[in-house]
Amino acid sequence: MTISYQLKRADFIFKNQNDWEDVLSKSIKRTPQDLINELISSELKGRGGAGFPTGLKWKLTSEITDSIKYVICNADEGEPGTFKDREILSMVPFKVLTGMAVCGHVIGAKEGYIYLRGEYFFLFPELNKVIREFEYYCKEINFDFTIRIFMGSGAYICGEETALFESMEGKRGEPRNKPPFPSNYGYMGKPTVINNVETLAHTYTIFKYGAKRFYDLGVQYSRGSKLFSVSGDTPKPGIYELELGMSLADFVEEFGDGDTKAVQVGGASGFLVPRKRFNETAIGFQGKLVGISLPTGGSMMLFNSSRSMFNVLDNYLEFFREESCGQCTPCRVGCQQLLKGIKAVKRGEKNTKYLDKLLRLTETMKLTAKCGLGQSVANSFSSIVENFREEMIY
Amino acid sequence: MKKRSAMTKKIKVSINGILVEVNEGTTILDAARSAGVIIPTLCYHKDLCIAGNCRVCVVEIAGQKRLAAACATPCEEEMEIFTNSLNVLHSRKEIIELLLSEHNADCTSCFKNGNCELQKLASDYKILKQDFIRLVPFKKYSIDKYSPSIIKDDSKCIRCQRCVRTCSELQGINALTVAYKGDQMKITTFFEKPINDVVCSTCGQCINHCPTGALVERNYIEKVWDAISDKTKHVVVQTAPAVRVGLGEELGFGHGERVTGKMVTALKRLGFDAVMDTDFTADLTIMEEGTELLTRLKRALVDHDPDVKLPMATSCSPGWIKYMEHIFPEFLEHLSTCKSPQQMFGALAKTYYAKARNLAPETIVSVSIMPCTAKKFEASRPEMHSSGYRDVDFVLTTRELAIMIKQAGIDFMKLEDSHFDRIMGESTGAAVIFGATGGVMEAALRTVYELVTGRDVPFNNLNITPVRGIDGVREATVRIENPLTEWAFLDGVEVKCAVAHGLVNAKKVMDSIKSGESDYHFVEIMACPGGCLGGGGQPIPTNPEIRRKRSEAIYAEDAGMPIRKSHENPEIIKIYNDFLENPLSEKSHHLLHTHYTPRERF
Repeated sequence: MTISYQLKRADFIFKNQNDWEDVLSKSIKRTPQDLINELISSELKGRGGAGFPTGLKWKLTSEITDSIKYVICNADEGEPGTFKDREILSMVPFKVLTGMAVCGHVIGAKEGYIYLRGEYFFLFPELNKVIREFEYYCKEINFDFTIRIFMGSGAYICGEETALFESMEGKRGEPRNKPPFPSNYGYMGKPTVINNVETLAHTYTIFKYGAKRFYDLGVQYSRGSKLFSVSGDTPKPGIYELELGMSLADFVEEFGDGDTKAVQVGGASGFLVPRKRFNETAIGFQGKLVGISLPTGGSMMLFNSSRSMFNVLDNYLEFFREESCGQCTPCRVGCQQLLKGIKAVKRGEKNTKYLDKLLRLTETMKLTAKCGLGQSVANSFSSIVENFREEMIY
Repeated sequence: MKKRSAMTKKIKVSINGILVEVNEGTTILDAARSAGVIIPTLCYHKDLCIAGNCRVCVVEIAGQKRLAAACATPCEEEMEIFTNSLNVLHSRKEIIELLLSEHNADCTSCFKNGNCELQKLASDYKILKQDFIRLVPFKKYSIDKYSPSIIKDDSKCIRCQRCVRTCSELQGINALTVAYKGDQMKITTFFEKPINDVVCSTCGQCINHCPTGALVERNYIEKVWDAISDKTKHVVVQTAPAVRVGLGEELGFGHGERVTGKMVTALKRLGFDAVMDTDFTADLTIMEEGTELLTRLKRALVDHDPDVKLPMATSCSPGWIKYMEHIFPEFLEHLSTCKSPQQMFGALAKTYYAKARNLAPETIVSVSIMPCTAKKFEASRPEMHSSGYRDVDFVLTTRELAIMIKQAGIDFMKLEDSHFDRIMGESTGAAVIFGATGGVMEAALRTVYELVTGRDVPFNNLNITPVRGIDGVREATVRIENPLTEWAFLDGVEVKCAVAHGLVNAKKVMDSIKSGESDYHFVEIMACPGGCLGGGGQPIPTNPEIRRKRSEAIYAEDAGMPIRKSHENPEIIKIYNDFLENPLSEKSHHLLHTHYTPRERF
């Protein structure tokens, strides 16, 4: 199936933020219900990659009765090939802070935290200054909301929301069992909304222009625009805001170097799409209308014909072997087995059918791992091994 | 982490087609058990919080793409659960295979061979074809064998974190913790130092909660066999109160069966030259400790001595002692100076007993059977040489004794009962309850009250029920009325007592003492949950239900004893007449009392 959808650029996120005071003071005059409805009708979904409807998240948390609640901005941007949150926080931080504050107004939280990736420490001083300015304004308009930055220490797993809470609570960053979900039991056991940096920036757009402007972009089930971090074999790497729903063929047409063999959509935990499937693949959240629809946190890595897909997979697995938190069996041992397994096949120590055992293993990991990390390793593994099996063997 | 809701709303779920009604909040695992469906587990333990990290208990829920961990997932109305679908069976087998690939499955040379939960799973699921790459050779595993109590072999660890949760939730020590991530993730100590060099009570609860052979006691079985077969040695053995209600579990009996008589027969058949009872020195402890308490009370109430330390805390539990030395070194003077019954026995075996039997002390080998691994550490303390020799030579756990009985080919079930040998083998009901939390307190009160007033404690049938039970911290007050003239100063005094078990509860008591919140006179603390009957050296598994059964057995043993007060033990009366003269006499001080060593907090 071919999707006839042109690549369309959008320009909301990095557009000026000078009117943040206006957006904030107007938004907090609206009722929480009104704001939730606005968000729900925009159909904004989480931009971290998982795509949970943002309006619903805020709604669920607002419905829990508790005197203490938290808003957390997940800025632990650790997915390989993603670098958009860094730019948002350095270019338009007020949008994110405004999004957090409005969320605080909606759910009844007075404290917000930005969980900042350890490697982004260089953003800390400037961001802190911005926060002071923001808080000063909040005080001026008698709006009780404070924001603090919590520095991460460099573990990929801490981008997982419950591991992030554990890390903030001073514990080892390990994902919790779910349920309970953050809307009930989040940071310090309190109802918590945790949103990606970009998601919060989009709420700013929605509160400023109304849901329709946002909803009109994109396609069904995948509304709005999204930032893409384009890297790899491309003449123009960088960050681009594009409407969701584009076909991968159009994307490659725009960003490829003419020799694109495959695109990894969604970073190490995402899927590899080979050239023959560019046409039938759309970028967006899973829906009923489109053929294959791949969600992404924004990472788009292009590989040309000079790249060995074995090396690409080896690199991802090396990453997971190290970044698995190690608590659950399928992920901890599974990642080691996958990495050692493909090497053994390559060296001829295991016969080629062993790849099928490894594929079954990734299925088990997908079914049984405790958190999204272990469940998603299967994505890149199976999409690479199934499409480039001969490269794994030679 | 999850709080069970206070509502008791009932919900209906179906498990493999069986309809069950459970309280809202019940996990799938518990619901399945109530429906007679067994779901295998590894990281789950009734004593501990839910981890949900081994993933062996995964089940399929209709309408959900992914499998759910039964231990960590609460039932929801109308949930349709399948515990044996092909998806589940395949995943479960693969997870077990993964665990085995990372585990040093050298079962035949493992101390836990035969009582290993991973081994049992591998056997149940018949993982015959293990294709995954063996990961053990790639890892730099190490074995920590520097402690006299605990051996930690990382190559057998399956990272279920039961030990970590045990050390944190039950004991509040956090000697063991998780370090590193990914394939490097491991359970280790502060700065990866040997267990012997970190803050560890050596209580052995981690061993008791370990599903595999990663944590085991240092065993002295061979050394004891050597001593027994050495004709020039006279080997005496003592058995702790809690052993008699646990040993049977390892040898075919149900949980908490009393096997005192069979145990004595078995020990005699093993070839010990004298089989005596730690209960005897438990009675002796009551005499010494009770007198020490009264002395402290007198100094406080009559002499108004500012240096007297109250409350006085019991000193029978070596895990508790080491904990105090590490965590509350400034409170060491609050500990009774009495040695533990094991060490009193050891000191007397090579003095009083040697003299009575006309034996040279250097020919005596003193062995003790304990529900405890901290006792191994205690016996190795340098100050425990008051007989002029090492007072207790070898300490075996209940589990090690069971191994020896099996090795000797003794059909334990068929054994006749027999009695402990004389001189230090007579005991009372007061001594046997040392094995349960609150027992030392109860035994002490029975004696102290009678010493002071000349009457029995004012509780029905001597059963001081307020100090019994399973609550982590229990309090009781005993009002002394119409004392004998020499104790007139205690008239009307309310002796305030507290009992705690599990070091996490001990900390609560100590914190309240430290802050001045509580004004206890006497506190009893046992390092292990349930007291010694739940000790780190007791049969595995130990869980709340099993502890309850052992506890019932202990109190039944007490109720069945002809003498139930320590000071009425005829051998106790005899040892004071013939040897020690009085409680707290010079000889007692030399042999039965000790001092403590402040230790570092890291």
